[in-house]
Amino acid sequence: MAFDNLTDFFEMGRHGVYVWSVYGFSTVSLALITWSTLSKRHQIQETLRKRFLRDKTI
Amino acid sequence: MSWTWFHKLGSPKWFFHWSKSLALPLFGFGCICLLFGLVWGVAFAPEDYQQGNSFRIIYIHVPAAILAQSCYLALGLSGLVFLVWQMKIAPIFIKAVAPVGAVMALMALVSGAIWGKPTWGTWWVWDARLTSVLVLFLLYMGIIALQNSLNDVTLANKAVAVISVVGLINLPIIKYSVEWWNTLHQGATFTLTEKPAMPAEMWVPLLISTIGLYCLVAGLALWRMQTEILIREHRSNWVKQEVMKDGL
Repeated sequence: MAFDNLTDFFEMGRHGVYVWSVYGFSTVSLALITWSTLSKRHQIQETLRKRFLRDKTI
Repeated sequence: MSWTWFHKLGSPKWFFHWSKSLALPLFGFGCICLLFGLVWGVAFAPEDYQQGNSFRIIYIHVPAAILAQSCYLALGLSGLVFLVWQMKIAPIFIKAVAPVGAVMALMALVSGAIWGKPTWGTWWVWDARLTSVLVLFLLYMGIIALQNSLNDVTLANKAVAVISVVGLINLPIIKYSVEWWNTLHQGATFTLTEKPAMPAEMWVPLLISTIGLYCLVAGLALWRMQTEILIREHRSNWVKQEVMKDGL
């Protein structure tokens, strides 16, 4: 590791707040776009399935 | 050279079946690669002698910026393909990828601003590189807004394809902005012809996280295209069979 201990790792020599806020923002962004992609994908599949099932029973 | 693959790719049905088993492995491989590159870069790469530890922002900033531009290049080329050959899959691709590209551009802008504060002493300057990337983000937003405001699919396809092609002009401006104008921003990290100007322990993790983000975005793009194909083709028989079969 490039750091001697965990405190150094989190502090990053006074740059910790910058580095970690960037990685926090990026993680949240990627998680949000992934979640919206998968939930939309699932939702369309379910909506269509229900519609097809309903059409069959009429 | 046989062009059958090209014609096949244009068919939403064929594309759906082809991409179905590909999205999850691509996405998973991308996540693992990205995580590996980031942990290596943030925890193990040596400290920069000038910038200290703030340089570790590079491991997400550069991949996001590369992806934002690559996505736009793909968008513009798809627009061209649609306008010339009327390929059905092209507008589906544009609609699916534009929001992902916008997220990448936003990540590049935000990480760049946060990096700018300790390095340049300011969050933002109106220089050529930063402004042209902001324009890239606004182009993505424009494409998304136009897509959502037009209910007529035929019209939306054409309008979005045209704006995507027109926006291509911004890409060389972004690329050469650091050479044509005076700027605070440094030059390119990776070029095809020269070795990076940093030691391998610094650029190898960057390369890995870039490849990881490429695969992650590709997986997302395939899923989003599948969603759009299901919506657009919901009247056809194969969609019915597909949906009743279950599974992502």
